Amino acid sequence: MNTFLESLYKDVILEHYRRPHHRGRLERASHTHEGVNPSCGDELTLYLRVEDGVIRDVAFEGEGCAISQASASLMTDALAGASVERAAALSRAFKDMIQGEPPAEELGDLALLQGISKLHARVKCATLAWTTLDAALAAGERTAVAD
Amino acid sequence: MHTLDPRALRPDFPILERRVNDRPLVYLDSAASSQKPRQVVEAMVDYYYHHHANVHRGAHTLAVEATELYEGARSRLARFLNAPGPEGVVFTRNTTEALNLIVASWGGANLGEGDEVVVSVAEHHANLVPWHFLTRRLGVRVRAVPLTPDYRLDLDALEAAIGERTRVVSTFHMSNVLGTINPLRRIADLAHAVDAVMIVDGAQGAPHLPVDVQAFDCDFYAVSGHKMLGPTGVGGLWARPEILESMPPFLGGGEMIRKVALEDSSYAGIPARFEAGTPPVAEAVGLAAAIDYLEAVGMDAVAAHDAALARYALERLEGIEGLTLYGPRGGDRGGIVTFNLEGIHPHDVASALDAEGIAIRSGHHCAQPLGATLGAGATARASFYLYTTEEEIDRLTEALVKTRDFFKAFA
Repeated sequence: MNTFLESLYKDVILEHYRRPHHRGRLERASHTHEGVNPSCGDELTLYLRVEDGVIRDVAFEGEGCAISQASASLMTDALAGASVERAAALSRAFKDMIQGEPPAEELGDLALLQGISKLHARVKCATLAWTTLDAALAAGERTAVAD
Repeated sequence: MHTLDPRALRPDFPILERRVNDRPLVYLDSAASSQKPRQVVEAMVDYYYHHHANVHRGAHTLAVEATELYEGARSRLARFLNAPGPEGVVFTRNTTEALNLIVASWGGANLGEGDEVVVSVAEHHANLVPWHFLTRRLGVRVRAVPLTPDYRLDLDALEAAIGERTRVVSTFHMSNVLGTINPLRRIADLAHAVDAVMIVDGAQGAPHLPVDVQAFDCDFYAVSGHKMLGPTGVGGLWARPEILESMPPFLGGGEMIRKVALEDSSYAGIPARFEAGTPPVAEAVGLAAAIDYLEAVGMDAVAAHDAALARYALERLEGIEGLTLYGPRGGDRGGIVTFNLEGIHPHDVASALDAEGIAIRSGHHCAQPLGATLGAGATARASFYLYTTEEEIDRLTEALVKTRDFFKAFA
């Protein structure tokens, strides 16, 4: 397989795809939001438990390609324990990187997805988790549906 | 029966000489949109360079020439569909707009609370979503008929679903996901037995199969130009003239009127009543050139070529371990092959194939309810046309094996 594909599907990304972190449903979530990518049908539900302006816990469920699932998994690693302000800053920095800006230092492992900036067809896959996060924070707290 | 040699046609399609990611392009996405031969592009250029003016107005020479070219295109499309005459042909933007026209105009005037529209579970969103508007507005019910286990329309279930509340049967000529070809005459007979109208989504049928609206005995047949070698921005609706004559206008504006006062207006006859505003004249000219091209090759030859490629592709892809195929087996199907590689999302398959210069479609193919039925929300689809070769299917096969092995290393 060619090097372009290898640079896109780095080992770490495929690891996150096969064994995603924070996958599942969150009991007692303060924020629950469903993101959809209508062009491809990918769906993602993001759960946050925010206390005193800090994301104490985070989880996601959904179906999608390696890029969208790995991106969601990497995002949840970055969000756990972060303040809401830092989460919003990371979201801006991540989208800037996907738009072609050099990755900001604070992105850490999220910079592994930088290759997507060269693959316009997959930008929405990489950003689905982040746009869902933005919408979840904008919508504000909701009573969790715990079952 | 004509036969066609794709290698002889390929020089007419300059885009097929392109390289993508340092490899010769293999274009297997014709079901989404076909490529265009020089003859179509040149006809449009010639129109703009030598004949363009607005149609149906003005007495000057260019206006007359443009009108003749536009009306000539209508006659060519009518002949291509074997319609009894051009008066039943309305130019639209595409199949989607044609279906919306039927639903808004005929449906709005003829359907009410509890009336039923029978469709299949494999419809394109364009044959579902417009009906949902009438569900909300008028209480019209959509009833979906399942497929058989071999991905054909279940005709027994269709017969059972059609009842006294059925006012419409609306389905595809060829499925854009499965390649399934519907027996239109049998379906029309079932529809007409209860005085329902029969609507055909011909988006995939018109480009790939001989069409004969009189033999099908359908009441409406909708097509898209860009899937049949023509330009984007033009499509068509054929409607039985006596039905079209009874229908209220769809969009209002210039061209579709008889007389206009400040507070009321009356409307033109058919087909002008359904063509408000300046129509896509250059696009219609391009569509006519596309029809000429297809007729010169022969639609029976196109259909036979597609079917032969589908057989070949099914044979090759069946040999790939971990690959699931969706769609009927046998010769009665179109050149569309839909599949999934185990454990690899179709978007990732599409990116991996693109890296090899191969263009396929991935996703729900605008048929989300079908995806749910198949138990595969997203799938990968390779689709063929008259310029597709067996060598291209060989390249697809090799690239799929490489893709599977690349991702398998991480399973």
